[in-house]
Amino acid sequence: MPAITETREQVEKLGQSSYQWGFETDIEMDLAPKGLNEDIIRLISTRKEEPEWMLEWRLAAYRSWLKMKEPTWAKVTHPPIDYQDVHYYAAPKKKNGPKSLEEVDPELLRTYAKLGIPLHEQALLAGVEVPEGEEARMPVAVDAVFDSVSVATTFRKNLAEAGVIFCPISEAIRDYPDLVKQYIGSVVPVADNFYAALNSAVFTDGSFVFVPKGVRCPMELSTYFRINARNTGQFERTLIIVEDRASVSYLEGCTAPMRDENQLHAAVVELVAMEDASIKYSTVQNWYPGDENGRGGIYNFVTKRGACRGARAKISWTQVETGSAITWKYPSCILQGEGSVGEFYSVAVTNNHQQADTGTKMLHLGRNTRSTIIAKTISAGKSDSTYRGQVKIMPKASGARNFTQCDSLLIGDQCGAHTVPYIENRNMAARVEHEATTSKISEDQMFYCRQRGLSEEDAVGLIVNGFCKDVLKELPMEFAVEAQKLLAISLEGSVG
Amino acid sequence: MSELLKISGLHATIDADGTPKEILRGIDLVIPPGEVHAIMGPNGCGKSTLSYVLAGRDDYEVTSGSALFSGKDLLTMEPEERAAAGLFLAFQSPVELPGVNNANFLRTAVNAVRRARGEPELDAVGFLKAVRAATKNLSMADDMLKRNVNVGFSGGEKKRNEVLQMTMLQPTLAILDETDSGLDVDALRIVAEGVQNLRSPNFSALVITHHQKLLDYLGPDRVHVMAKGRIIRSGGPELAKQINEEGYAAFLKEAA
Amino acid sequence: MNVITPIGRSLTPFAARLSGLKDADRKAAAGELARVGLPTPHVEAWHYTNLRALSGRVFSAPAAGFDEAAAQKALAGILADNGGLAGLPRLVLVNGAFAPSLSSAEFPAGIVFTSFARSPDFGTQTAPDRDALVALNTALAGDGIRLSVKPHVNAGRIVFISLAMGLEEDISFHPRHAVEVGEGARLSLIEIAVTVEKHAGAYLHNPVLTSVIAEGAHLTHVKIQHEADQAVHLATVYADVASRATYDSFTLGLGSVLARHEVHVTLRGDHAGVHVNGAQLLGGEQVGDITSVITHGAPDCISRQTVRNVLTDRARAVFQGKVLVERVAQKTDGYQMNQALLLSPTSEIDAKPELEIYADDVKCSHGATVGALDEDQLFYLRSRGVPDAQARQMLVEAFLVETVDLVEDETAHVILLQALEKALTERVGAPEKTA
Repeated sequence: MPAITETREQVEKLGQSSYQWGFETDIEMDLAPKGLNEDIIRLISTRKEEPEWMLEWRLAAYRSWLKMKEPTWAKVTHPPIDYQDVHYYAAPKKKNGPKSLEEVDPELLRTYAKLGIPLHEQALLAGVEVPEGEEARMPVAVDAVFDSVSVATTFRKNLAEAGVIFCPISEAIRDYPDLVKQYIGSVVPVADNFYAALNSAVFTDGSFVFVPKGVRCPMELSTYFRINARNTGQFERTLIIVEDRASVSYLEGCTAPMRDENQLHAAVVELVAMEDASIKYSTVQNWYPGDENGRGGIYNFVTKRGACRGARAKISWTQVETGSAITWKYPSCILQGEGSVGEFYSVAVTNNHQQADTGTKMLHLGRNTRSTIIAKTISAGKSDSTYRGQVKIMPKASGARNFTQCDSLLIGDQCGAHTVPYIENRNMAARVEHEATTSKISEDQMFYCRQRGLSEEDAVGLIVNGFCKDVLKELPMEFAVEAQKLLAISLEGSVG
Repeated sequence: MSELLKISGLHATIDADGTPKEILRGIDLVIPPGEVHAIMGPNGCGKSTLSYVLAGRDDYEVTSGSALFSGKDLLTMEPEERAAAGLFLAFQSPVELPGVNNANFLRTAVNAVRRARGEPELDAVGFLKAVRAATKNLSMADDMLKRNVNVGFSGGEKKRNEVLQMTMLQPTLAILDETDSGLDVDALRIVAEGVQNLRSPNFSALVITHHQKLLDYLGPDRVHVMAKGRIIRSGGPELAKQINEEGYAAFLKEAA
Repeated sequence: MNVITPIGRSLTPFAARLSGLKDADRKAAAGELARVGLPTPHVEAWHYTNLRALSGRVFSAPAAGFDEAAAQKALAGILADNGGLAGLPRLVLVNGAFAPSLSSAEFPAGIVFTSFARSPDFGTQTAPDRDALVALNTALAGDGIRLSVKPHVNAGRIVFISLAMGLEEDISFHPRHAVEVGEGARLSLIEIAVTVEKHAGAYLHNPVLTSVIAEGAHLTHVKIQHEADQAVHLATVYADVASRATYDSFTLGLGSVLARHEVHVTLRGDHAGVHVNGAQLLGGEQVGDITSVITHGAPDCISRQTVRNVLTDRARAVFQGKVLVERVAQKTDGYQMNQALLLSPTSEIDAKPELEIYADDVKCSHGATVGALDEDQLFYLRSRGVPDAQARQMLVEAFLVETVDLVEDETAHVILLQALEKALTERVGAPEKTA
């Protein structure tokens, strides 16, 4: 297979240049000392001007965490993590907090400009030129989180008019304490798992969304996360609450500079969907994956879970995972409301020495609940990628349905692709279907494309995008384009 | 130039469980511009191998001989370079590309080839116009463009899709590898007309077939009979008629 | 990876018998067991099957000897029930010990037989350090059968019957069997495990069978497990398959309150092929577990696995099937399908079909479906005049028979069908309706 051999050689040539978001921004930082103890947690809470109950909540989480062990069941390996060698708080230095974008450090704005994220509403609005024959695109409201702190949230006024709250969670804790208190930790309890407990103790920011009854959020909401400082962990926390008959589409993107050391990212995302509510949560995860020798890169240990509390509620997770040295992530749905729907669409690409263990959990509690899982795994280089998913049907979930399709594509003979589904059914009137395949790009397909004039790289790009189509089509338009480009870049050299 | 394609003493082998097996044993063939040539021969004689070797499939190893295409050494070119140079292979079994939209594939290919030929790329509107005209000529349903490449296509649809690609890529030499197999009379006529529409002094075709019918439509300039990796007889259209009536036995005996 | 040594269940049920072992292999196995204990659900391979049934008890070895007349009668009954077995050479064990008086005295030329007691040898295939139940067997194995077929001999069919009889509470036996099929040779082994009395004491049957299939050889291994309501059956089978050899196996799980049939197949040579099929028909409080690890360790091999479960009452079935394709195993063709029919609202299926793949030029797929009987099919049958209960039975039977039909050996096929039909009549006569 010369085509594959050649591409493997190209992988070996592949340097850091392929990660174009690897720049570092020189910004004055406010850093907490390294290490984790109750004083650090008090410090975070104080810096965030949090109420007492929030501090107590964090301390309870911390005390649970102390008793917990890192999970070992995932198919990932890494040297032991020294949790005392991490800065748990890093924030761009600010003078009394920016009141508007004009007060934000211009260096920060330039960073986001490099990332292609427009923060200036003016510029953004001005930039919306509608080409003839195309529909006008909705503007996207952005919450930008730099290291641990939300630096800018756009379009807040327009959203407020519709009754939608979109703000940094640190602000929500101050301004909407009752809402936060009611829902935070209600989907992912503080002691849910090792990383979630850690996050609960030390999270510094993240996004908060509240969509009241009957409101369809008028624009896409988006958060961009960026880790910049050295030796810092990022622990953001996102909470999205969508009331009866309301809906929202939320996008999340992430990048980090290239560094030799491994950096820790342990986020928690909680979604709550009430009766007839709908939440669409899309992620394009592009944390720095480490270099071609497996040095550096983000450890991405994330807990994402949504609860469909009301009848006919719907939560849809779509993720394109191309970054991180290690990904440990299982966006899940608790399908409690009768007829509620959970969806998980995933593309996970690993190259070089990346390791990904990702999938979902669908817990069917209510009658006639439905779930769909489409997972596409692509492994190249010396990477390992695992789909791990659980479908659990409880005795009361009569009429529940699940369909799961997991497809793996291997590129080169030094990588691994694994599929580990757990199917647990306790209801005879439920139906679970699972299909999985593993294959490679066939020589026939490659030759056919090349005979039609496509270069090897274009041919593989085309075939890989075809392989992922069922997932990519679930992404909002802007993200889909970005995701396709990312796929090509992530596999650059390995396949084209 | 009087030679669009010139094949001389071409030998090629395929790897059969570790040992090379010779399939082509010295092919000599010249196709001038504007001519349609047919190759006929019993199964296993090496017809499809010849088409794959010309298109650049790397399962085969050329052990000796040469193939010049418009005076250039075809055998050192990558498959996509051959496509850009104007060589088109209509596959005997067109390959399925799950998830790859047919129109998108076609546009990507057309623009890749145009780029390589130094021609301006087609924009969405220009492409759509061209492809609509072509599908109409081939009596293809519009929805074929929306489907994934060859996935779930019937045999006839696949072959028509090949002819559509050929029309859009504007080759100077088309190799049709049993494009007529598995087609009913109407589909055969449409495919043949698709090829006929391209006939010009700048278009040649090498038609690999078992059947007289396609050749009746195309009216080949030359017919070659291939057996055991060699061309054992060449002649005018009457040769095809002779094979149709008498089979290959006589030729094979003669050649042995 | 940070490996946490699982702290397993206490070894108290076997402690007395595990101490003071002299043989080096047995001592080492007992040492491994002492290190990890009996598996708990925290051990990934035992996530779904809980061995708490063994806790709080002390298992002793069975008494020597047995009631000859009762055994002869039971054997005659089995042979009568399973047409086609009577004329075949047979090996019979009673409570894990080889019983010459019930077995054939002579075997066709080319077959060498001895018992484990006479010639103990653990072989090298097992991994007592990985599989606690194999360690338990290694430490406590008393007897078993050892069969070898000389190269290029077609050994035909051999019946292998394991009788449990006259057992009080808390007896355990751990037979160790070995089968070797020489180069180019063939053998069909038909294994039947039964309890003579309908209601026996709560005993544990913990067999290990190792098999080596040499180049170009073929082994059919069919097993019917129909032990009594209170029995615990925990079996492990190993098969090493050489180049161009084939292994065609089928396990039918009908009996025991808790049963596990664990198979480790390793394709060691190119162009080898294996079938690791099975079916379970469970009712009452039964838990039945079919676990398999199929390792493709050589290129161009084919593996096929179809396992189907039918569950009534409060029964629970477990299917764990891993297909591991090593780096060298290019051109692997692997297919795995697990299906379950839940016929009662309190039954449960837990399935974990798993692919672990390190070679890029492979074709591997697996599927799993779980659900109730197809209402459309049921309606179709009823609209043609078949009464509801009968229609259900027909569909259930068809569902299971399809797997049995995968067995190529004709005699083994017929015997499986007979066993299945009998069990179906007992179990699924009138299934409960949807809640």
